Parts: sequence; structure tokens; C-alpha cells
Amino acid sequence: MIAFVVRRLLQSIFVMLAVGFIAFSLFNYVGDPINNMVGQDTTLEQRQELRERLGLDDPFVVQYGRFLVKAVQGDFGISYRHRRPVSQLIAERMPATLELSLVAAFLALFIGVPMGVYTGLHRRGFLSQVFLTISLIGVSLPTFLIGILLILIFGVMSQDINSALGFSLLPQLPTFGRGEVTQVGWWSTGFLTQSGILALILPSITLALFQMTLIMRLVRSEMLEVLRTDYIKFARARGLTNRAVNFGHALKNTLVPVITITGLQLGSIIAFALITEQVFQWPGMGLLFIQAINEVDIPVMASYLMMIGFFFVVINLVVDLLYYVVDPRLRADRAVAAGHQ
Amino acid sequence: MAVNQERPLAAGPGLGERIIDVTKRFFDSDIWYSFTRSPVIIVSAVITLIFVGASAFAPLVAPNNPFDLTTIDLLDSFIPPIWQDGGDARFLLGTDDQGRGILSTIIYGSRISLGVGFASVLFAMVLGISLGLISGYFGGTIDAIIMRAADVQLTFPAILIALLIDGLARAVLPRDFHSEVWFYVLVLAIGLSFWVQYARTVRGSAMVERNKEYVQAARVIGIPPFLIMLRHVLPNVMGPVLVIATINLAIAVITEATLSFLGVGVPLTSPSLGTLIRVGNDFPFSGEWWITIFPGVALAVLVLAVNLLGDWLRDALNPKLR
Amino acid sequence: MSDLSALSPQTNPAQSNQPLLQVDHLRIEIPNRRGTLVAVDDVSFHINEGEVLGVVGESGAGKSLTGAAVIGLLEPPCHIAGGQIQLDGRRIDNLSYEKMRRIRGREIGMVFQDPLTSLNPLYTIGRQLTETILTHTDLNEKGARARAIELLEEVGIPAAAQRIDQYPHQFSGGMRQRVVIALALCINPRLIIADEPTTALDVSIQAQIIALLKRLCREHGAAVMLVTHDMGVIAETADRVAVMYAGRIVEIGPVDDVVLRAQHPYTAGLMGSIPLVGHDVEDLAQIDGAMPRLNAIPRGCAFNPRCPRAFDRCRQERPDLQPVGATQAACWLFDKGVRSGTDG
Repeated sequence: MIAFVVRRLLQSIFVMLAVGFIAFSLFNYVGDPINNMVGQDTTLEQRQELRERLGLDDPFVVQYGRFLVKAVQGDFGISYRHRRPVSQLIAERMPATLELSLVAAFLALFIGVPMGVYTGLHRRGFLSQVFLTISLIGVSLPTFLIGILLILIFGVMSQDINSALGFSLLPQLPTFGRGEVTQVGWWSTGFLTQSGILALILPSITLALFQMTLIMRLVRSEMLEVLRTDYIKFARARGLTNRAVNFGHALKNTLVPVITITGLQLGSIIAFALITEQVFQWPGMGLLFIQAINEVDIPVMASYLMMIGFFFVVINLVVDLLYYVVDPRLRADRAVAAGHQ
Repeated sequence: MAVNQERPLAAGPGLGERIIDVTKRFFDSDIWYSFTRSPVIIVSAVITLIFVGASAFAPLVAPNNPFDLTTIDLLDSFIPPIWQDGGDARFLLGTDDQGRGILSTIIYGSRISLGVGFASVLFAMVLGISLGLISGYFGGTIDAIIMRAADVQLTFPAILIALLIDGLARAVLPRDFHSEVWFYVLVLAIGLSFWVQYARTVRGSAMVERNKEYVQAARVIGIPPFLIMLRHVLPNVMGPVLVIATINLAIAVITEATLSFLGVGVPLTSPSLGTLIRVGNDFPFSGEWWITIFPGVALAVLVLAVNLLGDWLRDALNPKLR
Repeated sequence: MSDLSALSPQTNPAQSNQPLLQVDHLRIEIPNRRGTLVAVDDVSFHINEGEVLGVVGESGAGKSLTGAAVIGLLEPPCHIAGGQIQLDGRRIDNLSYEKMRRIRGREIGMVFQDPLTSLNPLYTIGRQLTETILTHTDLNEKGARARAIELLEEVGIPAAAQRIDQYPHQFSGGMRQRVVIALALCINPRLIIADEPTTALDVSIQAQIIALLKRLCREHGAAVMLVTHDMGVIAETADRVAVMYAGRIVEIGPVDDVVLRAQHPYTAGLMGSIPLVGHDVEDLAQIDGAMPRLNAIPRGCAFNPRCPRAFDRCRQERPDLQPVGATQAACWLFDKGVRSGTDG
């Protein structure tokens, strides 16, 4: 167990170093950082002085090391555009993104997995065909289009439709921003006010839909794969009940690969959130990142990259540990597996 | 197998027959059979062909040219579709905020979307297959490096990588230059995020083939490894590669649209489908729904059709499912 | 064990002379994109109480499908398209899933080919045994566990009380097949369908497993339908043999007669040698060609393109089983009508 965790941790650190390297290269070699910081009228001497003060003339390894040390301490430099520490900006924006992602992940998982199991078990059923059709449309509609459609339906047209129908079919939902937020320490949450929760509905559905269909399709295909295996046939041949075979034997085996890929998907929700944030003007990290790209605000770009990389690595680590709990083969074949990889 | 491969080289007599034979075999195959049996797939194929055709011949098909600034008149802006009050016969589906016809812009926009899509898939395919072949055939350190890079790459979703590359290009390239080369930047940005799938598929097959006796034999008689791979590994992976490519095309079109929607893809002067939707989304409450809805529907229909084709192709090429 | 033997509701089978399993004119079809393939065609046989029937044939001959049909586990789109299957005189091929489920494991057990894939890798073998016992009996958790340990000991697993809590991957292939046999036998079914039970095993272990299967089935009084392509296993184990080719039984009879005095040219070829007057042993020692695919079964006798003794009639009409000596064979060579010159 400990060897496994250590190995995974080392891999995670390797990935973080790679991501850090990219972020660092961005920082130092894309454009001239001095140019980005000072005005037109700065003299060459002043520039050189600043250059020395920032340590930009030091050897590469030293600079990279310093960058990493600072990054670990949460120091990502100062935004060219906002003139404020990037860490502050990110800390302000992070709760919005994380709350949105969390709700979306929850939706995607708790709707996607049961739908996948159902369509896997009832392959040719009518409802399965309906789910599959919906999922295909879900995969084909770009996230931003889904968001815009939802805004049109629930924000713009709902009143017209309701008055045409004579009763309230569609609720009017907020389509812009986070609503009212409450400060809990440094964390600002929208969960505590009604307007905050209402504001979450459309963005989280938008963000969840694509991941949900992906998870559903994944669970379905894994389920079909598992149902074809010998041990499922053997379980049936032993006269076990359908319930025991489907949910006891098949579902648990389906979970092993599903956990891995679902974990990755949930990670990408945080990244995909930037599209949703743009559509709904949700004040999260993604919106910050898109502005940064448009304005070539390198420190913000680099630190966003580091943050996303960090989230991914953490999620991967958790997924690997879960995997380890579910699959006894990993537990026992630790040494063998280590030798193979 | 080797004999079969050599035949097309020996052209002249038999070549025509061979083409007829291949054609006949295709129409006799299960793939063609399952194609003719599924109306949904036929419709998808027709829709895809219409989009490809309209994009290829956009200047001939489109009623007006939205890229030609001389024909655009700001006075024509926000004209609704022809069947609504205030519609204009010149603009079947209405106009956007700059006075560009929506229908024409959709046609030209599809041209950009599909152009970027095909080019980036091709780029990813060539890159992925090459790296996969190298990785699988040579193994060892090269393999380890390529596969680690793939792992790190997979850590990030395609859209993020594309955004990053696009952002980088903006930072490095002068503004004027960027507006000239945006097409290549986009292709690079989108294509770079797709290579991993091809590489993994091809690598697996290459590793299997590498140890087969005929490959060993070919190696012994001094045929260069590159040629061996080309002859023996590629034919084996063409099926899966084709399926990945089809599905990637759909994702590439979505990614391009998303980038344009986010305002970092195509420049505003040459609008793609995503740009149009973005323009429409700036006026969601003012009632100009057509600016968003028509390009949105066009995008969704195109992607759905390509996705359906990809799904069908995967099932048709996979005998296990039947 | 007394509570287990009371499970079978039938009257004492020794008194009735009807066979335990009776399969009549079984036909299994596989619809595919281009039409329907007939995988098993007009197959009839029976298995008596406590008897071992070997079913041999090349892969694709329909023997495994026949086994799956008996236990009601044909995978869609395969389905029974005709004929019937009776267990103790009761028809079982048309039962609902739930009714058939109660028969599976309790009255008909099954052993699969590959012990490496037959056990669920995520559960301990103890859990897989107890869940089967709990499903079919009134035993409580503790009783089921005791019974499971007893079974593991019976199939020759050392330190059963400890190993019961281990996962399948901690067992060797041979040991796993023992566990699979314990699972198939744990409710004392009266018929075991063993589908290639030794094919995936190491040669050195095959004999042990076959001996174990044979001994346990005798002790438990279970009849066996032993599906295999290994004639050695059949000769050693079976009481009677059915030889299948392209979805049909071409010869069926007592094991000694089929092995030593095979009548059908295919069986003869399968045995590797046969003393037929006027034919060199080497002609028949091996059969040229391959079994036809299901979508290209030739007219007449399916074996005719490969048969060294085929004549015109074999290419026109399909022969049915008819008594030849001690066995039954489906071959025009033995048709009385030919010899007397009266064709039907």
C-alpha cells in the first residue's frame, strides 16, 4: 500500500514539474517580461536594474528553481493587467469555479451512471434508445450552444411561453453571474442564499450535460463488455438472481475502469467550466483565464495552468487510491505491477 | 499479402479489373450493406456531403460574400429572416450586427469550420501515426518518452491546450502577422490535442506486429523498418484510425466553434459558425434570435451528422458488436 | 447434506426409466444482418441418470451452443428455434427466466472452459460459493460458509479454511478449475454441463481435473454432458459419445463402439485411424480441409466435400441418424435403401 502511494505521488510530482516547466517557460520566454511590466519611457539602465533585481539574468536552473519555490508558496507573480498578485486574483475567483464544478460533477455522476447502467442492461429497450439519442445530441451540441439555448428558453422566452400557455410552465431563471454570495472566511459561497442557488441551476446543467452523456456512454459500453465475460455467464449458470448478477457482479466490475475515466472527466469539468463561465458571465477562474489570453497576461495564464494541473493531479491520485480499494488484484500484485511499469 | 501490395505497381493490364473488383467487393461488403439499411446514416452522410459541398463551392453557392467588405452595408444590419416583418429578399435568414447575411455567413463559416477541422485532423493523424509507429517499433527510451508526453498531454482537455497554444501564438507573434496565419495557429492548436489517440492505437498494433515472424524475416533481409511498418502495420490500423478521425472531426469542429465563441479563434473579419453565435449571444435579450439560432442549428446538425457517421462506422467495423 | 438432497422435487429417478435429459430435434438459429444461420440443426439425444455423455466435434460444430441451450443460457441473438428439451420429463426450454434460474445451479450445473475468467476477480472465492449456496438453500450465512469449506476440501484444495477468503488471482489455473467445479457442484445438481473443462489448462493438470470431475460426479450421482474436442478425454471418461459436425450429430453411441469401431467417415477421421476394408489407414488419418462456415453448409451431407467416401447421393440428400451396429450414424453408406436399390 505505502509503496503504491509513494509511486503514485512521485508520478504526480513529475507531472507537476512538467506543468510547472511549461508555465515557467511561458513566464520567462514568451515576450519580454520587463516590457510587460514597465512603461515606454523607462530607460535601458532602469530596465537592466529591474532585470537584475528580478533575477532574470540568473542561470536557467536557478530561475526555474526559484519559480517552483515561489509557486509552492502560492506566489505566482503580479498580473500585468490587474496590477495585483495573481494568487489574490485566483483566490477570489476559485470558489465560484469550484462550486459550479462540484454541482455539475454531482449532476453528471448521479444521473450519468444510473443511465449508463440502465442502457447497458436493457440494451434494446425503448428507454435505452431514448437515452442514447439524447446522449448523442448531448455530445454533438457544443457546451456554449447548450448554455445559450438554456438562456434563451429560461431567461428570454420563458415569460412569453408562459403567458401564451396561460400557466407557468417554465420558471424564469437567472442567466447572469452568481447571484448573492456569502463570505465564509476567504471563501465566497452561493449555496447559502436563494438567489445564489437559483443562479447555479442553468450554469451547472450546461456544464454537466456533456460530461453526463460521456459518463453514460462509458458506463454503458463497460457494462456491455462485462456482461459478455465468462464470470457473468458462470454467475448466471449458478442460478444467481438477476439482481445479484447485474448489480453484485457486473456493476462492481464495471466500476473499475469507470472510476478511472470518470475521475479524469470530473477533472476536465474544472477546465471546461471556462466555457460555461464565459456564457453565463460566471466570475470564476476560467473567465479570468480567457481575459488573460485576450490580453496576453502571462502570469495569470501560467498560474491558471498550474492550478488546473494541480487539480488534475490531485484527482488522479484520489482515483488511483479508489481503484486500489476496489480491485483486490492491485492490492496483492503490488510488487508485480511495480515491476511492469 | 506482399503480393497484393505489389499489384498496383504492376499497372497496365488488370488494373481496371482490379478497381472494378474492389468496387464490387465494397458494394458487396457488410459495411455497405449496413449503410443501405440505416436511413439515419444515409441522411447523416447526405447532410455531411451537403456541408462539404457547400463549403467547397461557397463563392458559387452563397447569395452574398460576407468577407467582402465592399458589399457589406451597416444599414443592412439586424434584418430579420425573410418571413418576418421587415425581412429582405436578399437575406433569406436575416443579417447580423454588421449587415452580413446569415445564410451566406453560415456557408462561409462552415467552410472555415470544416477547413480547420479536416486540416487539424489530418495534422493530428500524421503526427500521431508517426509517433505511434516510432514508439511501438523501437520501444525502449523513445517509447517511454513519447508515452509519458502522451500521459501529461492527456492530463489537459483539448480545449485548454488549444486555448493555451492560441494564447501563446498571440503573445509571440506580432498582431498583424497573427491575423494572417490564424488558420495555421488554429490547426496546430486543435490538432496537437488529438495526436495521442492515434499514437496509442498505432503503437499497440506496431508492438504486436514487430514480433511477428514475417517482420523479423523482412528485417533479416534488410528491408528498412520504416517500409515494414508502412506495409504491415498501417493496413491493420486503418479501421480504428478512420473511426477516431471521424469522431475527431466532430470534436475539431466543436473546438474551433468554441474557440471562436470565446473570441480567441478566428478573427472577426472572417466569421466562423462560433463567431456568429458569439455575436448573437451579445444581444440575447433584444430579440435578434436568428443571429444565434441559425448558425447554432447548422453547427449542431453538422456535428450530429458527423458523430452519427463515426458511431456507425465504429459499430460496422467492429464485428464483436453484431 | 440431507437438506440438500431433499431439494429435487421429482420422484426417485431410479424407479422411472425415462432419461434425465431428453433433447428432441433441437434447432438453434443465429439471425444476422443477412438472414439466419442455423447453428444447431435437428439434434436429438438423451442422457441417463448418472451417465457421462461426451460431445465431440471441431470448434463451431455447435456443441457448446447445445450445452448452453440445455442450461438456458444462449446469448441473444442466438435462440432455440425448434425442438424441445426435457429434464425428468418436464419441458425446460420454454420456461421463464426466473423459473429457469431456479433450475440452474440447483438441477443443472455448468463448468466453463477457462478457469481464469470464470471467477469474478473482485470477490473472494468464499463469497462466490456462499452466495450460490444461499441463493438455492435455506442455510444461513454460517452454514453456507461451513458447506463452502467442506466443498473446497472435497475438490482437493489444501488449507481450505484459510484459502476460502482469498481472491481468484491468488490461485493457480488448476486450483481455480477445482473451485469452479466446487461451485458447479455445490447444490448437488443432477446434471453437469462441462464445456471444454480442461482445454485452457496445463497438460499436466488436465488428467487430474478430469479424474476429479469424474469422481465427484459419480459420488454426487450427477450425470455429465462433457463437451470437448479432445477424443482422449472422451475415451477415458464418457459412457456414450455424440459426434457433432456442422450443427448436426453425425454419430452417437457407446464410447467403445464409437472410438474403436467408428462408422461415420468423419468420426473415423477424428479417431485418427480406422480399419476399413480397402482403405489405407493413411488416407483417413487426417481429414483434409476445414469444417464449412455456417453460412456455407453444402447441400446434402455437410461432410461431403471432405469425405473420402462421398458419392452422388451424399451431395444431394441429407442423411439422418440410423442404427449401424451398436451405434447410430448419419451416413448414406449405411442406408439399407442403397443396398437394396430402393430410394426414397
